[in-house]
Amino acid sequence: MSRKTKFCNFVVLSAFALAPLYAAVPVAAAWEPSRPVEFIIPAGTGGGADIMARTVQGIVAKHNLMKQPMVVINKSGGAGGEGFLDVKNSKGNPHKIIITLSNLFTTPLATGIPFNWKDLTPVAMLALDEFVLWVNAEKPYKNVKEFVDAAKKANGTFKMAGTGSKQEDQIITVAIEKSTGAKFIYIPQRGGGAVAVQLVGNHADSTVNNPNEALSHWRGGKLRPLCVFDEKKLVYTDKLAGDMSWSSIPTCKSQGLDMAYLMLRGIFMTPGATKDQIDYYVGLFQKVRETPEWKKLMSDGAFNQTFMTGKEYTDWVAREEKRHEELMKEAGFLAKK
Amino acid sequence: MAGLMIVFALIVIGGSMSVGFNWDFDGPRAGFFPFYIGLFILGASIVNFWQSWSDGAGGRLFAEWGQIRQVVSVVVPSTVYVALVPWIGIYVSSALLIAVFMKWLGRYGWSMVLPVAAGVPVATFIVFERWFLVPLPKGLIEELLGF
Amino acid sequence: MEEIANLFNGFAVVLQPFNIMVMVVGILLGVIIGVLPGLGGANGVAILLPLTFSMSPTSAIIMLSCIYWGALFGGAITSVLFNIPGEPWSVATTFDGHPMAQKGKAGEALTAAFTSSFVGALFAVIMITLVAPLVAAFALRFGPAEKFGVYFLAFCSFIGMSKEPPFKTVAAMMIGFALASVGLDEMTGQLRLTFGFEKLLTGFDFLIAVIGLFGIGEILLTMEEGLSFKGRSAKINSRVVFQTWAQLPRYWMTSLRSCIIGCWMGVTPAGATPASFMSYGIAKRASKDGHKFGTGEIEGVVAPETAAHAAGTSALLPMLALGVPGSPTAAVLLGGLLIWGLQPGPMLFVEQKEFVWGLIASMYLGNVVGLLIVLTCVPLLAAILRIPFSIIAPVILVFCAIGAYTVHNSTFDVMLMMVFGVFGYLLKKCNYPLAPMVLAIVLGNAAEESFRQSLLASQGSLTIFWSNWLVGSIMALGLIALFWPLISQALTRVRPRPVTT
Repeated sequence: MSRKTKFCNFVVLSAFALAPLYAAVPVAAAWEPSRPVEFIIPAGTGGGADIMARTVQGIVAKHNLMKQPMVVINKSGGAGGEGFLDVKNSKGNPHKIIITLSNLFTTPLATGIPFNWKDLTPVAMLALDEFVLWVNAEKPYKNVKEFVDAAKKANGTFKMAGTGSKQEDQIITVAIEKSTGAKFIYIPQRGGGAVAVQLVGNHADSTVNNPNEALSHWRGGKLRPLCVFDEKKLVYTDKLAGDMSWSSIPTCKSQGLDMAYLMLRGIFMTPGATKDQIDYYVGLFQKVRETPEWKKLMSDGAFNQTFMTGKEYTDWVAREEKRHEELMKEAGFLAKK
Repeated sequence: MAGLMIVFALIVIGGSMSVGFNWDFDGPRAGFFPFYIGLFILGASIVNFWQSWSDGAGGRLFAEWGQIRQVVSVVVPSTVYVALVPWIGIYVSSALLIAVFMKWLGRYGWSMVLPVAAGVPVATFIVFERWFLVPLPKGLIEELLGF
Repeated sequence: MEEIANLFNGFAVVLQPFNIMVMVVGILLGVIIGVLPGLGGANGVAILLPLTFSMSPTSAIIMLSCIYWGALFGGAITSVLFNIPGEPWSVATTFDGHPMAQKGKAGEALTAAFTSSFVGALFAVIMITLVAPLVAAFALRFGPAEKFGVYFLAFCSFIGMSKEPPFKTVAAMMIGFALASVGLDEMTGQLRLTFGFEKLLTGFDFLIAVIGLFGIGEILLTMEEGLSFKGRSAKINSRVVFQTWAQLPRYWMTSLRSCIIGCWMGVTPAGATPASFMSYGIAKRASKDGHKFGTGEIEGVVAPETAAHAAGTSALLPMLALGVPGSPTAAVLLGGLLIWGLQPGPMLFVEQKEFVWGLIASMYLGNVVGLLIVLTCVPLLAAILRIPFSIIAPVILVFCAIGAYTVHNSTFDVMLMMVFGVFGYLLKKCNYPLAPMVLAIVLGNAAEESFRQSLLASQGSLTIFWSNWLVGSIMALGLIALFWPLISQALTRVRPRPVTT
């Protein structure tokens, strides 16, 4: 036992050695956390939100951005509903923040759980995640038109794999169907990585993976991007696969597929937060955004680096909620009352 | 037991029917699986019920009274314990549980009871809250101490 | 041959003093994490991930994967000593491990468990070294139908082996399925069987059910005997390790079979849990002492532990080569890779040779170091059982409560655990088997998911399960396993028997 104890002391000491130094934190805001900050992820381990939150945790620890430690907790149950309800029910606890993805809108709409983003306090938008239409590289179609023709010819047997059910991937799939008239069988999977592998293994015909989920398979020559679901092309010009870079993928709109969709990666906190507390976290994430680790994460994942706070952010979220409600209503995804 | 299971099966079947157990346009609906599972439980439980009935074991108890008293003497403090956790936090209630258990069932002296009852929660606190940064439920006393 | 050269380069990296220190630290931390309730490997790796940001990626992954090995080793400890499996894949270890401890053979059980883990892991690493690219290609063949086939096989090899009445087995297993299906239905995004309770949103987590059914249920069963309970006065013997080793070679066939099952399941990636159950089920059928399984047979510890670790180790391969984590812990490791700027996938083996082979070399050394560390702890661990029951029981209860709480950070789960405890006790007394129920809770959702994914893809036609040789042969194996009692009866009838009087 004593050896274990000694050893643990060593670990604790080293943890303290890594603990933030007082002088490193500029006195920007009047309020500061007085105990460890819980960072909730309403999604499972290994997904896009999880990776982003854990990167933030690592950056905060490495650059001593906060005096108190940041603790990352996954609450993925009920398509993230578990995490949202937890934050909603922690009114007035300023030591709890949550990272969100589109399930901020889709989960309450599809399941009818008693939650709305207005129950939380918006802090900041960190970035927007892009979506790309991918097909297996062995397949003959090289552009959206050929793909859509093939899908139509297959007469409703084309399989689209995606993450979760009645969430962003399926919403995009329904929008593609609406825009092109082709029909797909949507097959829900647990996570973005599994989705990409289903496509590589030819168990699905197409996916709408986020860039970083499919990047490695693209570079390995297994997958081919057809178009990106954004208004303009991606900005990242590093050569990734042969001569191709993220910026060489055409927009879906230019290919006759009129659909744009971006996914929120934003921060909210518990209801009833004061302005000082919100300002503290806004300042914290501004510092996070300036670190090289964050920039690397952004360029690896070809993120759209829009940053918003305050009213601008709240308005954006309100607009998106409305849009999701419309999209999901059209698709018949709303929970039966 | 089999009777309990029949009730359980009926709940599962009812719940499945309310979310739809047939096929939708895009495949089996949410209640498809649980519905048939409910039917299975119902069927198997009826057989079990009938078997225990025909064995004449229906009226016999599964354990002796003395044994049941022993078991209840653990179930009661444990139930009180889990009920207390949300209110006074896990540390204080754990100390109480260990103390009650050792004093009442183990008949140890206080000189033995107190160190163990206090030591386990404190050690737990250090390991979870300090080293691994896992927050456990806390109550008023911890709040006063500033955690 | 190129692989061998790469591997030696890997060893050169790992044998740097700093990396060796990192390895020992990782293993020790891992064992602690594995023993503590509610801190599974995935949690542990996640919590300690930030500590590694200041290291080079190679040192960091060595540390994290060693935490993973340590947690795998540590998981067996609570299963054997207290009947509380800390991880899903340790459940099958309790079936014979805990009875052995009750008979005063905790030292043997732990030694067997640790040694088998090591053998399984070693086998898997050798496989990764030699045939990594081939195996990655094999993993790609597994779509939803094939995955369902694997789960089907796991269930089939487990059904029909229990001694309890068949209808009680069916009822218990189906209740497990029903409990697993509570919460959000992943396929339709709909809530089901929650009856409007917010608390049921997340469903019944496997760990809470198991801590209750096995851990609390066990304490209640023990209490029946009263406190005059004999204290399991096991003689603590420092030579127990070698004595157990002398027995182990007898089970080489079980070991080998379990290694193969484990590697297959790990790569698929169906994971370590079906591997351990399947391996236990098949060992029970194949062994001539099969009828004694569940009463404390050493072979019943060897089979699941070997398979679980072979699977746990080979699960890292699809993660590295395809970016698909084979276990929750692998998923967190994957997150770590991304943070260090390493993109898992086919290109990793080409672009990051030093990293990949450093990792593989650390698997060899990490397991050796891990085995040495945990084996030295065996006598110490076995001694825990000599603490009087009225002290250890409330402490176990507290640890169970912490474990249940940390799953979802919810006090409701703690109460749920207690309900499961009483329920488990009653089931046991009424002669219902718990193992099939737990198997169904653990794998129910995954099996249902792959079944429905397949049916979606085939538009409702069951022929998808016979559509190619791979899924066809897995399903056929499953059916053979299911009807094995009948088949073996038929075989013995056909075969002329020597006349006995």
